[in-house]
Amino acid sequence: MSLVFLIFLPILAALFIPLLFKKVGQIHTGWFVLLVPTVLFIYYSTLLPTIAEGGSRMSQLQWIPSLDIAFIAYIDGLSLLFSMLITGIGALVVLYSIFYLDKYREQLHNFYVYLLMFMTAMLGVVQSDHLISLYLFWELTSISSFLLIGYWYTRDRSRFGALKSMIITVFGGLMMLGGFVLLSIMGNTYSIRELIAQAPELVNHDFFVWALVLILLGAFTKSAQFPFYIWLPDAMEAPTPVSAYLHSATMVKAGLYLVARFTPIFAASGTWVWLVTGVGLFTMFWASFWALKQTDLKGILAFSTVSQLGLIMSLLGASAAGFHVENAADTYFKYAGFAAIFHLINHAVFKGSLFMVAGIIDHEAGTRDIRKLGGLMSLMPISFTIAMIGSFSMAGLPPFGGFLSKEMFLTAMLTMTEFDMFQFETWGILLPVIAWIGSVFTFIYSFYFVFRTFAGKHKPEELPKPAHEAPIGMLLSPAFLAILVLVIFIIPNIVGDWLVKPAVAAVQPFMYGSPQEVDVHVAYWHGFNTELFMTLGIFAVGFLMFWTLAKWQKSYDLYPDTLTLNRLYDHMMFLSDIGANRFSRLYMTGFIRSYLVYMFSFLIIIVLGTFVLNEAFAIDMNNLAPVGLYEIVIMIALLGSTLTILFSKSRLTAIIALGAVGYSVALFFVIFRAPDLALTQLVIETISVALFLLAFYHLPQISRKEERMRFRLGNAVIAIGVGVTMTLVALTAHAGKALPSISEFYKETVYTEAAGGNIVNVILVDYRGFDTLFEIAVLGIAGIGIITLIKLRLTKKEGQHENK
Amino acid sequence: MRTNDVMLQTVTKVVTFLILMFAVHIFFAGHYTPGGGFVGGLLTASAIVLLMLAFGIRTVKKIVPINYVVMTSVGLLVAISTASASVLFDVPFFTHAYDYFDLPLFGKTSLHSALLFDVGVYLVVVGVTMTIIQTIGEDE
Repeated sequence: MSLVFLIFLPILAALFIPLLFKKVGQIHTGWFVLLVPTVLFIYYSTLLPTIAEGGSRMSQLQWIPSLDIAFIAYIDGLSLLFSMLITGIGALVVLYSIFYLDKYREQLHNFYVYLLMFMTAMLGVVQSDHLISLYLFWELTSISSFLLIGYWYTRDRSRFGALKSMIITVFGGLMMLGGFVLLSIMGNTYSIRELIAQAPELVNHDFFVWALVLILLGAFTKSAQFPFYIWLPDAMEAPTPVSAYLHSATMVKAGLYLVARFTPIFAASGTWVWLVTGVGLFTMFWASFWALKQTDLKGILAFSTVSQLGLIMSLLGASAAGFHVENAADTYFKYAGFAAIFHLINHAVFKGSLFMVAGIIDHEAGTRDIRKLGGLMSLMPISFTIAMIGSFSMAGLPPFGGFLSKEMFLTAMLTMTEFDMFQFETWGILLPVIAWIGSVFTFIYSFYFVFRTFAGKHKPEELPKPAHEAPIGMLLSPAFLAILVLVIFIIPNIVGDWLVKPAVAAVQPFMYGSPQEVDVHVAYWHGFNTELFMTLGIFAVGFLMFWTLAKWQKSYDLYPDTLTLNRLYDHMMFLSDIGANRFSRLYMTGFIRSYLVYMFSFLIIIVLGTFVLNEAFAIDMNNLAPVGLYEIVIMIALLGSTLTILFSKSRLTAIIALGAVGYSVALFFVIFRAPDLALTQLVIETISVALFLLAFYHLPQISRKEERMRFRLGNAVIAIGVGVTMTLVALTAHAGKALPSISEFYKETVYTEAAGGNIVNVILVDYRGFDTLFEIAVLGIAGIGIITLIKLRLTKKEGQHENK
Repeated sequence: MRTNDVMLQTVTKVVTFLILMFAVHIFFAGHYTPGGGFVGGLLTASAIVLLMLAFGIRTVKKIVPINYVVMTSVGLLVAISTASASVLFDVPFFTHAYDYFDLPLFGKTSLHSALLFDVGVYLVVVGVTMTIIQTIGEDE
């Protein structure tokens, strides 16, 4: 079966959803949707044995062959791991949503269409081997996520959150596209595999660092890294199944996938190691610190997601360091890559279950505000158990999956202190320190989340609904995930062999040729080493701080709101809105005078600038005709009447002077032997002067005040500038006349070919009759225009004007 | 109250025909000497304008009952058909043809299809000029 077709299977299935929703209303639409991820998950599972042995699967669908653009589905360990997460958790989320969303009150057809669209997009992102189709799917995840966050579109907060996430992730997506284009120019191919193969040559390319930074921007915005994480807490306005699926388990991991996928290309660069590790680790610390300020259950989980994504990101950065170490596979450097992938699986599992529990509490108690909740332990025992398992795994307690990955994380961070390149020898010591502080806060907020909700005193008077245990269907998915958390702890090495190692081999091909070479064995007990003491320290300090939380949690309020990143974002949006508005108002004055000033100024600047830059100005005094007396006389008359127009006090004088200009021009036509032109000019000038007089006669009394045109220096400068410019152009054009005129041909053929004597008329009706045809059309249009203007005055009727 | 324009009206009666004759002359002479459809049309229009000045727009509308908008469109139609007629003879658009004929009254005469095109131009120019003047003149 074609892998490309499987990518598109969900979106094709989505076509039938509205139909099923409308026609088969009795059955919850989710049941039909559930089939799609389940089938896909089963299919992807059958690929496991092939992939675990180091094999890969590929299939291709031509899209635009002439531009070398195709859909290429390439499945190796990394793609398969992500595909299974997407379809597996997708199936559980759909199951959960069947009980979470009411089939009568909710617009299920919208919800499931968006969700299936998202599934296709995610599968496309993780399986594409083609940069352009990867980008296509990447933007589709942004769009479907936008639609899902804004699912309850009548709420203000939903629309705000959707827009914010859209703006930030699409900004990153566009940056990433830039990086992709640079990358494809560098390697002369769109295929990621081929780019990885030429990685050694790409390092020295001029574009390398540009491509690196741009692609990282894409990954950081999508995976909510510092300082782009701000969209994720606002995305919590989405329905809880969406938060569980998109904003914890899948979409936010697209950035991690991107970093992992491109590690083989960029690992050679110190910038990459520093940026990915540093930003990731700082995000981990920062978000875990601020998670404790949150009072909304989903807010806490959002910050914890950001923090955990930062953790995985930093591990991916550290895994790139293995490129620079000799025999890295034999040292502790091998742990980073393995830990990253392992924790990625862990996080998807426990965070999915935690979100679902938060949704259950919201659903059954009517609020997500942690200050109103408490004492639900006895009322909702199953939810409590699930939440406890998830939280303890998140905090890194044994016997849950999170413990194992936390140990490996600490190992990896400690190893980085031994890394002696790119100034890691001086600053590297910071890494385990920040990691440790971040882990302490992770421990505290995990406890904060579960015990503030379920332990303590029950406050039924503050809850909108009396709390009770959720229906069994709603508990199925989180319970399954919670069991999975335990299973991962029990059989970490089986998970490692089947899922993690093939993925690690794809991330670090410079260290391992095949999954079997990944020599990492997950052990529960490493002996008494630094990691163990660090873990014990985390437990001790974390527990102490949680115990005293009520005393110091208030200090978060000391931090001024004006300095937060959200405020910065709001201000940026506000200012760009206001700024663009002001800027437009600045130059779009509404006065034609201003626009004419712009046009003429640019005419001068462009033409004179071209003259100066190309040194094009030239005067050629040869070929000039002798100047006769008549020309001089007419010239003086012309100048005189022109000056009269400019300096006359009354408009009437100006109109008459304009007529004088016209007649002088007609005289010029006469002495330059253009009888047709002279005839036409005389008649037309007469008519237009008459029309001017008509317009003058009808001027309103108020504006008939006779006054001289006001002098404006700017106008004068521009007018003189335009005159000088055009004179220069004319002189230069004359000097540069290189070809003889075509008029010789007319002279020779006017009688023989066209049977005429008047060259002008023959040109007008015969040689170039086409122009004349449209000139009379112009005349006709002008006539119709005047009729329309004068006879059809709709503005007189009330309510007809569009601006009223 | 109109003043008595008897001199103007009397002169107009004579001059109008002179102008019209001149216009026709200049129109037909256009192919060999200065003139042509454009100037011819303008002169014709000026003859009618003179009539209007002397007798008033309403009277002139009665003696010359022409719908100038229709005239404009007929002119455009003539021009475009002349131009496209050549297509029927399997030659490019706007190819003109001419020949010499022995006409009963004129003797040996050159007839040129460009003349037909010029008729179109003439009609459009007269039509548009008169449309403009009449429309503005009738406006209150």
